[in-house]
Amino acid sequence: MYDGGKIIPGLVIFLILLTFPFWFNIGQAAYEQPELQMPDEETQCIEPTEWMRANHMELLDVWRDMAVREDKPTYVSSRGETMEISLQKTCMSCHTNQAEFCDKCHTSAAVSPYCWDCHVAPEEVSDGQ
Amino acid sequence: MDNKRRTFLKFAGVAAALGAGGSVPLTLRAAYAPEQEQYKQDRDALTATRWGMVIDMRKFTSEEDFERCIEACHSVHNVPDQQLPKQKQKVMWIWTDHYEHAFPSSHNPYLAERVEHKDFLLLCNQCDNPPCVRVCPTKATFQREDGIVQMDFHRCIGCRYCMAGCPYGSRSFNFCDPAPYVQEKNADFPTRMRGVVEKCNFCVERLEEGLQPACVEAAPEGGMFFGDLDDPNSEVRRVLRENFSIRRKVELGTNPCVFYIV
Amino acid sequence: MLEKALYGDKKYWAWVIFLLVLIGVGSVFYIMQLVKGLTVTGMSRDVSWGFYIAQFTYMVGVAASAVMLVLPFYFHDVKKFENLVILGEFMAIAAVIVCLGFIVVDLGQPQRLFNVVLHPTPNSILFWDMIVLNGYLLLNIVVGWTNLHAEYKRLPHPSWIKPVAYLSIVWAFSIHTVTAFLYQGLPGRHYWLTAIMAARFLASAFCSGPAILIILALIVKKVAKYDPGKEAIQTLAKIIVYAMIANVFFFLLEVFTAFYSGIPGHQHPMIYLFSGMHGANALVGWMWLMSLCGIASLVILIPPRFRNHSELLVIGLVLLVAATWIDKGLGLVVGGFIPNPFEAITEYGPTGPELMISVMVYATGLLVLTVLWKVAIAVKKETGRA
Repeated sequence: MYDGGKIIPGLVIFLILLTFPFWFNIGQAAYEQPELQMPDEETQCIEPTEWMRANHMELLDVWRDMAVREDKPTYVSSRGETMEISLQKTCMSCHTNQAEFCDKCHTSAAVSPYCWDCHVAPEEVSDGQ
Repeated sequence: MDNKRRTFLKFAGVAAALGAGGSVPLTLRAAYAPEQEQYKQDRDALTATRWGMVIDMRKFTSEEDFERCIEACHSVHNVPDQQLPKQKQKVMWIWTDHYEHAFPSSHNPYLAERVEHKDFLLLCNQCDNPPCVRVCPTKATFQREDGIVQMDFHRCIGCRYCMAGCPYGSRSFNFCDPAPYVQEKNADFPTRMRGVVEKCNFCVERLEEGLQPACVEAAPEGGMFFGDLDDPNSEVRRVLRENFSIRRKVELGTNPCVFYIV
Repeated sequence: MLEKALYGDKKYWAWVIFLLVLIGVGSVFYIMQLVKGLTVTGMSRDVSWGFYIAQFTYMVGVAASAVMLVLPFYFHDVKKFENLVILGEFMAIAAVIVCLGFIVVDLGQPQRLFNVVLHPTPNSILFWDMIVLNGYLLLNIVVGWTNLHAEYKRLPHPSWIKPVAYLSIVWAFSIHTVTAFLYQGLPGRHYWLTAIMAARFLASAFCSGPAILIILALIVKKVAKYDPGKEAIQTLAKIIVYAMIANVFFFLLEVFTAFYSGIPGHQHPMIYLFSGMHGANALVGWMWLMSLCGIASLVILIPPRFRNHSELLVIGLVLLVAATWIDKGLGLVVGGFIPNPFEAITEYGPTGPELMISVMVYATGLLVLTVLWKVAIAVKKETGRA
């Protein structure tokens, strides 16, 4: 092979780098779901937990468009409950601790949504920020 | 390169482009399509076909009258009240200025004394024919069916074309993150982040709950009226029928919906 | 063909590395702007567009100016432009990239840039600006690269290029007209609210762009020993003069309308720019410098004896570029915002970070230009055309 002395080692290095996440984590524990701080009073979220886990991002997207753009600020959940569409006033009235609830999963999944660049988390206000 | 290989590469390139291009509309469509019945208007909400505001400047006599309205608005909406690093980059939804600055086309060198040095309460005029909506490239600034010019802060790219388009200087840009400069945050309303434009929103979040706009509530007795311009029996229409009113820069065709009784 | 940009002498690589250093330093400031926000610039609530958008406006003109070569060469078969056209088309590519760069650095939320595509808004001129600028970029890449590649293969230009080139001619007029529409349709800004804005923009573009092209081509003649042809330069210089005369004339028309009508809204921006208002006079010196440079450039460029003299030509063109740059790159945007809608004055001057970020964008454009011209010149020399 022309330049084989450079190509074969190069390919080997490339494969080592490509499979890095796999061989580096051999012997370590599998992904552990983080311990979330649950709200005190409520036991059920506005929708079933598994559904919320998978769809809360898109729900919030649709909520935003409905409340801001379509002038429909009220949501009727699948259980028939009526509520105001608001991250601060509805979701975070139960999930009051952003760090112990929202951030735990987001950080471990390496996701950084920019919600709290604008939306005021409840502890922020109570901490006097 | 021989012709067969070249032809294959051309074919593969076109197929890849079509595949990539074809997948774009598929991904743009929301995978989650909620039923429309799940979303509705609030029962308690105030509704109108064309919201309008009348400010009776005769009732604003002291500086505190103005300050109360400004403070009410800015505190409810988390508008920074502490001094920003550059004063010329300040954010304001409602503010005051003199007659000759608010109404430059009605300049009068022999103006009545009671108007000449008087402050006027200025805010977004929520025009019926808004230039800012016309120029926004993303519809982040859009006009609702009830006439209110609303901002979608999630979509704003911060191009500031709307600021150039507004003839009234009603819009402010967040040159820096405003949150550290808001002394006491209202937990029921978000702040904004750096890089988006903002302005008075006619308190849509309060209208939803059946409340009057914050400035109208804080105004002196009979100082501000807010209601449906399309309803001939509304209070604003009555006040406009009975008193002479003016609007800012009418010659520009924006059809502002904030009226001033002088 | 692109690999030809990888072969160059020490001066070439020194220049490329210099540009990369400028880009690197500017990037540090841009990151600072991304983190802190646009507060690092000199813009304000009153002057909400500043240096970035002004440079964008000027460079759209420079990009459109390629048509001053493309139109005669492709449509009227002016053969003497043969070795200059490719430089013009490639300069247009670099100029459009600079334009797009300035728009991106000016945005408050640049990561949301794609919203303009996701939510098309035909009533917004910015939407159309996005379309025409990107379309023009694509057209110039296709026309320039295809024709150069044909020459590289020692083949005639493919026949399908002609209609694409004609499209690029019409498109060039459109990009600067659309950019003018950004300004001339805004009801509250009296300095801009004039029908002649689009004509002024085009006239200014068609003199400043080719002027920059000639200056750069003469630099390249010395550095890369590539001669586009004395006749080509002289013919282009004639076109530049007529465009500059039109440009100055249109400006004087504006002055007449403002001051003969006596309407304050029309007068005040000019008074602020040329003599200052209420003590604010930051731009007065610049505007008179612009006028001097503009007149001096016409004095040098109109008489053929001066214009055809190679050193005087360069001086005249540099003065022309200075005048047009001050007019569009400084006076236009700021003059539209001052005085503000309340007849008050908030002055504007670019800050250090703002200038460094602008240097980054310009350096990127120059790098693109360097690479593309290196390729073009190498091909032209190889095929024995220059």
